[in-house]
Amino acid sequence: MKPFAYLRPDTVDEAVRARAAHPGAAFLGGGTNLVDLMKLGACAPDLLIDVGRLPLDRIEELPDGGLRIGATVRNSDLAAAPVVQERYPVLSQALLAGASGQLRNAATTGGNLLQRTRCAYFQDVSTPCNKREPGSGCPAVEGVHRDLAVLGHSAHCVATHPSDLAVALAALDAAVEATGPDGARTVPVTALHRLPGEHPERDTVLEPGELITAVRLPPPPPLAHGRYRKARDRASYAFALVSVAALLEVRDGVVHHAALAYGGLAHRPWRATAAEEALRGAPATADTFGRAADAELSAARPLRDNGFKVPLARRLTVSVLGALAARHR
Amino acid sequence: MSHDPQPVPPEAPRHPLGAPTARREGRAKVTGAARYAAEHAPPHRVHAWPVPATVARGRITSVDTTDALALPGVHAVLTHENAPRLEPPEDPAVAVLQGPAVPHRGWYVALAVADTLESARAAAEAVRLTYAAEEHDVTLTPDHPGLYLPKEVNGGYPGTRERGDFDAAYAGALVTVDATYTLTALHNHPMEPHAATAWWDGGHLTVHDSTQGSTKARDDLAALFGLDRRDVTVVSEHVGGGFGSKGTLRPQAVLAAMAARVTGRPVTLALPRREMPAVVGHRAPTVQRVRLGAGADGVLTALAHEVVTHTSTVKEFVEQAAVPARVMYTSPHSRTVHRVVALDVPSPSWMRAPGEAPGMYALESAMDELAVLLDLDPVELRLRNEPATEPDTGRPFSSRGLTRALREGADRFGWRPRDPRPGVRRDGDLLLGTGVAAATYPVLIFPSSAEAHAAPDGGFRVRINATDIGTGARTVLGQIAAEALGVPEERVRVEIGRSDLPDAFLAGGSSGTASWGWAVHKACRALREDLSNRQHPLPREGLAVAADTREEIAAGSPYARHAFGAHFAEVQVDTVTGEVRVRRMLGMFAAGRILNPRTARSQFIGGMAMGIGMALTEHSTMDPVVGGFTERDLASYHVPVCADVHTIEAHWLDEGDPHLNPMGSKGIGEIGIVGAAAAVGNAVHHALGVRLRTLPLTPDAVLPHLP
Amino acid sequence: MEPTASPPDAAGPPPGATRSTVTLHVNGVPHRLTLDHRTTALDALRVHLGLTGTKKGCDHGQCGACTVLVDGWRANSCLLLAVALDGSALTTVEGLADADGLHPLQHAFMERDAFQCGYCTPGQLCSAAGMLQEAADGHPSHVTPDTVTPGAPVELTADEIRERMSGNLCRCGAYPRIVEAIGDATAHPAAPPVPHTVHGIGAVSVNGGGRTAS
Repeated sequence: MKPFAYLRPDTVDEAVRARAAHPGAAFLGGGTNLVDLMKLGACAPDLLIDVGRLPLDRIEELPDGGLRIGATVRNSDLAAAPVVQERYPVLSQALLAGASGQLRNAATTGGNLLQRTRCAYFQDVSTPCNKREPGSGCPAVEGVHRDLAVLGHSAHCVATHPSDLAVALAALDAAVEATGPDGARTVPVTALHRLPGEHPERDTVLEPGELITAVRLPPPPPLAHGRYRKARDRASYAFALVSVAALLEVRDGVVHHAALAYGGLAHRPWRATAAEEALRGAPATADTFGRAADAELSAARPLRDNGFKVPLARRLTVSVLGALAARHR
Repeated sequence: MSHDPQPVPPEAPRHPLGAPTARREGRAKVTGAARYAAEHAPPHRVHAWPVPATVARGRITSVDTTDALALPGVHAVLTHENAPRLEPPEDPAVAVLQGPAVPHRGWYVALAVADTLESARAAAEAVRLTYAAEEHDVTLTPDHPGLYLPKEVNGGYPGTRERGDFDAAYAGALVTVDATYTLTALHNHPMEPHAATAWWDGGHLTVHDSTQGSTKARDDLAALFGLDRRDVTVVSEHVGGGFGSKGTLRPQAVLAAMAARVTGRPVTLALPRREMPAVVGHRAPTVQRVRLGAGADGVLTALAHEVVTHTSTVKEFVEQAAVPARVMYTSPHSRTVHRVVALDVPSPSWMRAPGEAPGMYALESAMDELAVLLDLDPVELRLRNEPATEPDTGRPFSSRGLTRALREGADRFGWRPRDPRPGVRRDGDLLLGTGVAAATYPVLIFPSSAEAHAAPDGGFRVRINATDIGTGARTVLGQIAAEALGVPEERVRVEIGRSDLPDAFLAGGSSGTASWGWAVHKACRALREDLSNRQHPLPREGLAVAADTREEIAAGSPYARHAFGAHFAEVQVDTVTGEVRVRRMLGMFAAGRILNPRTARSQFIGGMAMGIGMALTEHSTMDPVVGGFTERDLASYHVPVCADVHTIEAHWLDEGDPHLNPMGSKGIGEIGIVGAAAAVGNAVHHALGVRLRTLPLTPDAVLPHLP
Repeated sequence: MEPTASPPDAAGPPPGATRSTVTLHVNGVPHRLTLDHRTTALDALRVHLGLTGTKKGCDHGQCGACTVLVDGWRANSCLLLAVALDGSALTTVEGLADADGLHPLQHAFMERDAFQCGYCTPGQLCSAAGMLQEAADGHPSHVTPDTVTPGAPVELTADEIRERMSGNLCRCGAYPRIVEAIGDATAHPAAPPVPHTVHGIGAVSVNGGGRTAS
């Protein structure tokens, strides 16, 4: 790790201006991923702009019935907030399925969304990686890729995004508010993360100087139930093999509203629009749920050793939607 | 609230031996006062950071340390070009920085030394090395052309044993099982990374080292640096686990000593966690074919256990997985064979119950397969195959508690009534099943020496270079001494963990308590004798008696001596995700006299917990592309977490065995893991109805077989 | 936090100071330290303050051995930069108990033999102390039933303890004993939770509960 300067601005504007002035700078939130990557040498900023104490630490109920979550709200606080547990249980469940109690106490909402892939080649600076070093190659395609992508990957990168939170936010139609040198803008979470394509070095559509200041949630679908379920290699404290965030509203045995997103399958949280289309208006049966999953997963292109993720995603889909549908009976 | 109902055993038996005495160092550990190797900070101490090789095979062609040395606070960068020369070591894996050859990825090629940890790390990153990389071969296959028959395997056992005519007996058997089991490499990952703090005082080298045995570490360091053993002191007061990986001298001690010599400063080196898998040993992967032939009564007539494994090009280490088959079951015709290939991989070494842990997974899984074929209860099948004498040698057993362990374990677990049909017990989305497996581990005892001292004030002191890696060695040695002296434990002080104490064998092979305890017992008995014959009061300096057990141990034993055990497990298989979890587990052990039920129970349970990891979560991949282990950190290498380990009970028989040592004890550190993975795997078969023969049983492995 | 060189100009070239002077309140004692920005809270404790009770197991937030309480909240000290903690209060295993007594958790760990090698133990103890307060504050876990009232204290069943303690690896496999020990400590009438101060790691204001604003 090379030496770096440290700055703790008091305002968002100050933070954004400092970042714009220093191309080698990085924002520091909870540090649970950035400090890890700096120790590995996978990130080497020469200035850390500590945004962890910016006044972005509130969860506000919005007049439209939605919620605005400050970017520095800690994962544990967000999961524990009664308003989140009551109205957005899928969000609370996703957070609590991730990491450990210690990490959730430090990790921030904004930082969680911006965490980098856990691909072993990305983390190991002695191996090529197009995400870390554009043009150097991707050993994962032929190498060890059991945990990597089956959807939306490219010849240049097969990494997955590790966040649980982002999957729930994708299903909830959340949007991030970001401020950059050119002002503020709002980006839907489903459009925040990119597919790798030819530029896997870019995880998100945010410009280098932009800072996430909040996540905005629309009001929850009034009659929908939500659930997050994650399959993993050990009972706790492990990244998802596959996870699913689902919201479902059934009226008279027919799917009225469905939102579905997958984790562990792609370079971004994967909003399953094809599945949702297959669900809407269809009878709320296991058969429908399976066909909906197939509609989404038919696009999967598994690598040599990660084909298991496709049936796993299908099974999780059928199970979670089935459980949600049962609550409408 | 409800918790696992297994209270700490009742207090206050009359004799120190067998008492549930609390750990002597317990308070130091719960208050943070216990210091481990990296936590000693002599004045002017500096920090070292290693540089691992980034090719899997080749040679270093150039070294450029200019940038590294230019960083502030950097004292030195050692490479093969400037590091002190070492004498040829007994273990070539510690001959670090002695030449340009790179035998595997992660082999240490340089060491940076600086005032601070931060500077040392930065300097290590700034070392520029170029390599002439050669093609590497890191992939173990059962038909690898480089496979050969080793003469010996780990533990000094012959690589191949044949008894009777296996082929004919197998061909003539009424019922046969022919199954191949595949295990990935496994990593010890003690919670304390390997660390050393070293300094030179004139010609004397002192090292605080995280080692399982500082007598041997001292001898090996002396040999490497061409010193008399009296000029080296190795201290290992507290060691944060080892599980075999700290059993032999490791690079951290050698590198720290080199760096201290070059810089003239005390040097601390703690190995980065992700570099450990390449340099502290691992359990080698195995492909194990087991063939069983039996009659309709289930009695074995033919048994073959054939093991394929890897070693490194640095040294030959052969995981002796077929050895337990020479001990376990009666069979007139037997073949046990190891084949090994030297690949461009890190050197494998000891990991908790080397040989027995992987070998008994395969053998005990095959026994379960046989029970299913015969529609025989798997406990009963094992009872029918109890040998009268040790099958491979014909020697009588000093004691063999397997039958009782199986029976009493089954009763305590609630094994019966058991519906043998697989795949029929449901709890919602979960399929449930139970499994059993046997365990065995040899009784190993090594020569040690001890000194017992009586002071005029009525206090006693025992000195022996035992090591406490978490077993409770201080505590049990105090109990043994008190028993031998006939005094309360509180009057006995125990000094261990320094190589200037009387020489002792390392904490390994479940041999510690027996080896050290015997020496302590002998010294204390002699002291007691001296005291009782004494006419005059003790002089001010007290009275000391030394003893060693070389003769007793050289005399050997006409008996086959082993501990045995039985594991019972109940698992659930999630039919949605393929996630397997252990609901409860029970181990019943026959391990001689249990000297401290409190600490013994912890060791048994700990071994079983590691067995859960072996069965379900721990997976290591040898990357064929870059040629190294992929899962090198604790996020990707899945050591079980608290949520993976539910109720575990450990019980034992009251086993009297007069053929062991004065305490009547067998080792207990390793048998807890032996067979544990098989019991879990057999339970998965019972739950799921499908036999899975590759560990670990992660969701990807289970999914294709879900209903 | 005071940079040792002149304060960086947000609009100028990259600031040069790579060290700062910070104040850390460790176990109730303020320490002014001038530290390399790369220094983690863990290394500040172990190397600069000689408080080696806090352990380094992985240095990457993957084992929990380095767990300390930061303003009452448990966290992996290996991933916290000391410079970012300026003004914070840290509680380590050395400061869990009052004076020379033992915290009920320490006592319970000894009683239950809830450790072997002892290397993960300080982190387990600090994690347990923080966890008890989290449960008392109504923080749910992955296994908390959704029938529990949000914000109400969560009853610590064995399953709850296992899930909440899963950020602390123990390779000796003392988990069953650890769960029992924590269970004992929760039942202990004198078990004082380590109180959270108002300034959390990220002081935050949550509608209806949680941390209060800084």
